Amino acid sequence: MTEATLSMGVRRIDETASVLDIQGDITAFSEEALMDAYTEGAGTGVKAVILNFTGLEYMNSGGIGLLVTVLVRANRAKQKLLAYGLTEHYREIFELTRLDEAIGIYATEADALSAAA
Amino acid sequence: MAETPRDTGNWAKPTSTLTVTDAPAGAPNLVEGKRLLSPVQGFGKMWQKTYKVGLDGIETTPQAVIAEWRDNFASFWPKGNDFYPPLTGLEPGEVALIKAAGPGGMKFKTGVMVLYSDDESFTLMTPEGHMFAGWITFSAHEEAGRPVAQTQVLMRAQDPISEMGLAMGGHRMENRFWEQTLANLAAHLGVEEPEVTTTVTCVDRKRQWSQAGNVRNSVAIRSTLHMLKPGKKTAG
Repeated sequence: MTEATLSMGVRRIDETASVLDIQGDITAFSEEALMDAYTEGAGTGVKAVILNFTGLEYMNSGGIGLLVTVLVRANRAKQKLLAYGLTEHYREIFELTRLDEAIGIYATEADALSAAA
Repeated sequence: MAETPRDTGNWAKPTSTLTVTDAPAGAPNLVEGKRLLSPVQGFGKMWQKTYKVGLDGIETTPQAVIAEWRDNFASFWPKGNDFYPPLTGLEPGEVALIKAAGPGGMKFKTGVMVLYSDDESFTLMTPEGHMFAGWITFSAHEEAGRPVAQTQVLMRAQDPISEMGLAMGGHRMENRFWEQTLANLAAHLGVEEPEVTTTVTCVDRKRQWSQAGNVRNSVAIRSTLHMLKPGKKTAG
């Protein structure tokens, strides 16, 4: 799979939080789309970037690696990186790879926004 | 009801600690009961290292390359390093044991778990007691009209001793290791003069001092103690 099949939406919720809406597949070839969305979402004043995984259709180990890179960028900018909308399957992958220890996982957008506040 | 994701069968099942089954007799098992560590739980600077070899002059597909690589994984390792694959092969969730040459002539005894596997890639994840915390992904794809085989490592040194070891020649050794492995793979596939390219990126220059306690599982210390111990612990 060498083609990017990820589309990203960026929503600025308020002065301090942004949501990145993921639609499609996250693989090593998603780097440009994911990083561009992060750059757009993590603008001035943003304290929390929230990844919305509701539309995630597929993720391989290259995709997990990209999430680590996003995490590093968020940590460097002293921003929280949070997530919601993960199915049980993807929650298990976060647990297996121990990303759940660094990325806060919530059931809904409202829960993630509360945690971000 | 939600559809089953396409990658469902490709990932290892969640596990809190490693269990080694069906390892060859005599393989050093120092990873039994150890937890997996991602780059998030590592200590040192975070590195992404990408090693690539173009498979010029041969007719093949990414799927065929990965099948060959996975089935004969150990045979492509440079001499002096031993990889003990599980008898069931490199399938998600299986654990392989390793005896590898380290800096200063040391032999590191550790292991890896197969985190992910599909037709075009497979990924190994390191447990506590490895030199680094992270993932190594082996993949093949088409690039500029030719097949390419690639190894990509995303890692942090697990502990301060390993960080020092990597800085004092360990990184260089690791680079040579994967460059030689890819050259061996390419030669096996019929490439006449394989050329391996290496790209190293420091993803995070910050060391995570909160993880310095990983030193209690230091591969250097544990491998040394294992070497000195009578009645060494082995699988089988």
